[in-house]
Amino acid sequence: MSLHESQTGPGFRDGAGAPPQPAEAAVEVSGVDKVFQTRAGDVHALESVDLSVAAGEFVSLIGPSGCGKSTLMRLIADLDEPSVGSVTVFEKSAKQARLDQEYGIAFQSAGLLPWRTVSANVAVPLELHGVASAARSSRVAELLEMVGLADFADRYPDQLSGGMQQRVAIARALAEQPRLLLMDEPFGALDEMTREKMQTELVRISAETGAAVVFVTHSIPEAVFLSDRVVVMSPRPGRIREIVPMRLGADARRAARTEELREERAFFDMVTAVREALHGGSPVASGARGVETR
Amino acid sequence: MLWGVVGILVVVLIWEGYKLLAPADGVVIGGARVLPRSTDLAMPHVWDMLARLAEPVTRSASAQPLWLVITLGALTTLGIAAVGWLVGLVVGIGLALVMQRWRIAEWGLLPWIVLSQTVPLIAFAPVVKSWGSRVEIGSFQWQDWMSVALIASYLAFFPIAVGALKGLQSPDRIHEELMHVYAAGYWSTLVKLRFPAAVPYLLPALRLGAANAVVGAVVAEVSTGLQGGIGRLLIQFAGQASGDPAKAWGPIFGAIVLGLVAAGSVALLGVILKNYRRTEEAA
Repeated sequence: MSLHESQTGPGFRDGAGAPPQPAEAAVEVSGVDKVFQTRAGDVHALESVDLSVAAGEFVSLIGPSGCGKSTLMRLIADLDEPSVGSVTVFEKSAKQARLDQEYGIAFQSAGLLPWRTVSANVAVPLELHGVASAARSSRVAELLEMVGLADFADRYPDQLSGGMQQRVAIARALAEQPRLLLMDEPFGALDEMTREKMQTELVRISAETGAAVVFVTHSIPEAVFLSDRVVVMSPRPGRIREIVPMRLGADARRAARTEELREERAFFDMVTAVREALHGGSPVASGARGVETR
Repeated sequence: MLWGVVGILVVVLIWEGYKLLAPADGVVIGGARVLPRSTDLAMPHVWDMLARLAEPVTRSASAQPLWLVITLGALTTLGIAAVGWLVGLVVGIGLALVMQRWRIAEWGLLPWIVLSQTVPLIAFAPVVKSWGSRVEIGSFQWQDWMSVALIASYLAFFPIAVGALKGLQSPDRIHEELMHVYAAGYWSTLVKLRFPAAVPYLLPALRLGAANAVVGAVVAEVSTGLQGGIGRLLIQFAGQASGDPAKAWGPIFGAIVLGLVAAGSVALLGVILKNYRRTEEAA
């Protein structure tokens, strides 16, 4: 597993302004509409959505419920298909990317199989893709070490707390060293303390693996703490209202995001910027200016 | 276990208590007997029934003890019921798989499966026997016990099909989506997800199927007149009840033990599969 720096070069994240555009984008969403046909009529979940996520970039999708942020993530994961437009993942169609296991995914609930131990749960994708038994168990041990659950390998999901279950789910998502991680409110059901701890862990893990992350959330501090860019969405029909790049002090590399950041001035400025974007651009309170509107 | 013993003791006490207190001719109100006679002919003492089990079947010198005859009969029936249960298992799970895979098959098949159980078994058994007697493929010849097993399977497959369908449909959406994300095909999803998730639904269905198979086998033995099983003994000894009332209760006990053994075997299966029942315990 290569460290983030070695993969993208140092200083990649130092210029926290405009996102870098390397040759291969992790995710490219262009001109996407999504209409759900229901008995009550058509529901426009997404309308003319364009979004590009660079390799190794951490992007959060934020917005009120019904803004289509989960739908957008599901389109990238090929769990739904766009009505109009195209979604490519590493320059393949979303479906091909899914078949090639280009991404790992985690949902709001951990979704562990209750009859399997922690290590057997992490091993599910490896088993399904025919990884040999010896390689499998060493990889599982490595992953459990990474999420700090090595001592719980033989426990069953019902013997774990919600936070621990979610960490197992993240280990499972990382099992095949994906270059892209999709997460749909993975910490939504956790208490605030656990949540902050998990966010710090995720920062560390994503820096370690160098994977791009698309992270759906409705918590502004969470989005600010984790992301390189925050995509602010508006509901009915779901649209991208604004993309707010995070400027978190001089050292904005992901590995530099520690607990102290939560108390820094730059952090609060960014929280304010995202809040203003969410409330439709009108100033909510005095705070940072000069937010780039895209 | 302890409570099971207590339960049996309570039944024995009620039986003997009634025998002690009730009038010999029972209680008759307006010509209808609302409580049974309590004579030794209608209600033998519990100890007489048990003692009878140890005595020979008939007065002939070479006769085996009653308990042995009943045990052999019960084992014969158990074997036939087990074959019926296995056939029911295969058919039931097969139907459930088809119905789970194709929603239209569920709509088309499920009503017929429910309807199949409304056909009265007594009417059905002789027909199966006469059809069976015409089956002859090469050196294979249909045996009468096969008709009984077939009827047992006819009763057994129903709860298994319904339970297995519910179980196979039980995985959470998130689990199905994960399998989709992993690009897992139909068979790997079946093996890694659907069958394990179905276990908590399958076990009660299998238990019910086992009990049904026993009932089906006994009834089919009676109505097809198959020799050697406990169904035949029930009829035979009931016919001798006027002279030997305690003897008729032997095969009844045998049938009860048979049902317990059948259901107990499935419970054993549940112990083996206990890791797949964790959600059951949590709920």
